[in-house]
Amino acid sequence: MSVESSPTDSGSPRDPEAVPEPHEGSTGAPGRGLSRRGLLALSGGIGLAVGAAAGGAAATLSRPSVAGGADLVYPFFAEHQAGITTPAQDRLHFAAFTMRPGSSRADLIELLQDWTYAASRLTQGQDVSVRGAFDGGPYLPPDDTGEAADLPASGLTITFGFGRTLFVAADGTDRFGLAAQLPADFTELPTMVNDFIQPARSGGDLCIQACANDPQVAVHAIRNLTRIAIGRATLAWSQLGFGRTSSTSTSQQTPRNLFGQKDGTNNLKAEEPERLAEHVWISDGPTWTHGGSYLVARRISMTIEVWDGLQLTEQDRVLGRAKGSGAPLSGGTEFTAPDFAAIGAHGRPLIDPRSHVARTNPANNGGIAMLRRGYNFVDGNDDQGRLDAGLFFIGFVKAPARFAAVHTNMARDDMFVEYLKTTSSSVFLVPPGIARDGYVGHALFAS
Amino acid sequence: MTLFPRLAAATAGCAVLLTGCVAKPPSGDPSTTMGTITVTSTDTTCAVSPATAPSGSVRFRITNGGSQTTEFYLMAADGLRVVAEKENIATGVTGELSVQLQPGSYFTACKPGMRGESVGKAAFTVTGESPQLGGEEQTLLGKVVSDYVNFVKNEVAELQPKAEKLAQAYANGDDATARALFATTRVHYERIEPIAEALGILDPRIDYREIDYQAEAAALAKDDPTFTQWLGFHRIEKDLWTPAKDARQPDGSRAWDDWAPSTTAERKVIAETLVADIGRLYATVHADDFVTTHSLDIATVSNGASGLLEEIATSKVTGEEDWWSHTDLYDFQGNLQGARIAFDLVAPIAERKSATGKELVAQIDSEFDKLQTLLDTYGSLKTGYVSYDKVTRAQQRQLVEQIDATREPLSKLTNAVLGVESGQ
Repeated sequence: MSVESSPTDSGSPRDPEAVPEPHEGSTGAPGRGLSRRGLLALSGGIGLAVGAAAGGAAATLSRPSVAGGADLVYPFFAEHQAGITTPAQDRLHFAAFTMRPGSSRADLIELLQDWTYAASRLTQGQDVSVRGAFDGGPYLPPDDTGEAADLPASGLTITFGFGRTLFVAADGTDRFGLAAQLPADFTELPTMVNDFIQPARSGGDLCIQACANDPQVAVHAIRNLTRIAIGRATLAWSQLGFGRTSSTSTSQQTPRNLFGQKDGTNNLKAEEPERLAEHVWISDGPTWTHGGSYLVARRISMTIEVWDGLQLTEQDRVLGRAKGSGAPLSGGTEFTAPDFAAIGAHGRPLIDPRSHVARTNPANNGGIAMLRRGYNFVDGNDDQGRLDAGLFFIGFVKAPARFAAVHTNMARDDMFVEYLKTTSSSVFLVPPGIARDGYVGHALFAS
Repeated sequence: MTLFPRLAAATAGCAVLLTGCVAKPPSGDPSTTMGTITVTSTDTTCAVSPATAPSGSVRFRITNGGSQTTEFYLMAADGLRVVAEKENIATGVTGELSVQLQPGSYFTACKPGMRGESVGKAAFTVTGESPQLGGEEQTLLGKVVSDYVNFVKNEVAELQPKAEKLAQAYANGDDATARALFATTRVHYERIEPIAEALGILDPRIDYREIDYQAEAAALAKDDPTFTQWLGFHRIEKDLWTPAKDARQPDGSRAWDDWAPSTTAERKVIAETLVADIGRLYATVHADDFVTTHSLDIATVSNGASGLLEEIATSKVTGEEDWWSHTDLYDFQGNLQGARIAFDLVAPIAERKSATGKELVAQIDSEFDKLQTLLDTYGSLKTGYVSYDKVTRAQQRQLVEQIDATREPLSKLTNAVLGVESGQ
């Protein structure tokens, strides 16, 4: 069997809710997963050909019956890392790591190799190693922590990123001999309106975005990758997310955020390779970055209790869309282009120029677009008895400055910002996809 | 020079001496006793030559001549169970796998691309007799256990007179003297904590914190009808470092709920009980049948090292252990020394077993050194340690990271000593 993908998108333009068709064409279509135990038995040498993804073998499989995308398996090795244009899964566990003081370039490379190997297995629904959760012998702690042993891959993608501090530490030191490889485009975000950034949950030398349709699978991935890093890197901060707030494929329904709004209607989609090339994939600067992307992560707390007390017309005016249908206030349906020139009965624009749609629309931002892939979060409640809730924004852009430009424009007088407070902000460079026999960032260390 | 005084010197706090506790056994060159099997993995084949080996140590050298990363598997006679594997061998690279094998039938196979169907599955036979632990090795294992027991005996022997002095000062109301003796007395107990904890009711009587005693009071009284009030070091601690009226326990409850400073009469009872309990501890570990009664073996020693680091990771770094005196770093040092000695005793066995064992020992050694160096920045047993309430969150985090970095390789030590692969 082979789970090798063609060197195109790591994701697939298919609806995880829908029944995946037998593989066709050259995109890395998701295939049906096996439980970890099933694969383990296979690794013991039973000569079954099992199609986890591509090729004729997939056609012989029965169709998956599990709802909710539990059966999905996305290829790991591809031109771009998975988890960007991959149809957004329902759950997120995002983690940032700090390299241990005194660790060397060799330690870093070894960690990235170990992470790559583990991720190449986990994303295929396998245990973290061949010995896995139960077969390491009686005198060792098991390699795999075991809580996902009976669960399928659930569409798990694992996406690795490098923080700016990996190249140049906060004190200016070049710990890993990478300073010369820092792309000129890799800039920090300027301070923005309503930024209440907590350093303890921002930044980091490395990041891992684990997305899956089962929260236990996503958490299992981060937990085991964190464990593998012990002695080399430590967990700096992490964030759980639920309920994707964007669609990254035309086959996906636009979801709603915690304000109850359809979010990401105008998002970049996997089906738009030219726009992705223009806005998402890095093509300038050092060659090793080409085909990668910048991941902007911002934990945006929402004062949802205040928002919930706003009249519907006010909620609509702040967004610039009708809350129910998602259609722009200039008329039409959800996917109708907003008409910012349309004037209403009182001689005022139907879409308020300070609305979220007006401020963030590419037409009003020099054509800049981004691929959003955020998740809702609720981390319990605060001391005032209000939910500690909001949006863990994740956006992929060709350069951080492009995000900063849109955000600055939005924050200046976007009415939305009144209800938001950003508590964490980070930028990571997501290197291009990983080749078989390679590891994440391979080309960086060969440069 | 006998081992005993060397251990005593080592436990006085000289980390350099610790590694010299046990003479390293003569290290025979493993390659002379080990057959090497050549494996060549390609995209479609997995050639193994020769396909047989005598029992004992077998080394596979796997060269990946294929276009994809490969893995090599040695499977049991059922063709399913993986006995040993070498993962993630990149193209053009040669990987090594060393295993201890019992006689029997096996299968070998490679997995180019690391998943899916294996290729080149072929029979592999191990001939000869079951490798027994040689007389020399058996002697070494026995010596590790007896060396460790000697260490435990010595620590309890040192604990006894110090505890008597502490108890006397406490009973006499000489709190300044008692406070000065408290932490350095406990260190001897902390060094042997896993052993003490295995001795039933003694540890609850000697070392329970108030909240633990309260939670288990009924069960403890059932096990030991004379155990009807909170006892031991921590009761003494709370009297010596009397909490403020509004102070809280680590679990958030009020320090003065169900508690009042012990009266002179109560102090006398608590002091006498501590001395008597430590006397029982002394008698237990010095008994002729101590090793057999408690089934102490090489795993006890090896696991004891991990157990002590777990103690640090769970209760010391949080400051819960010595909540009123904040002398946690003394306990930390005691645990660390106890772990280091257990490790140093077991290490030569792990090193003898395999090249992997040797690497593991080197890694654990290096992490132990870093942990000790980090702890040294907070003081020493001789000059005293920083009060734990002065250790910041960020510093605690740094300590936790280094403890975890030590625990991770240490968790593999027992396997390196005992993990004999079997084909049956």
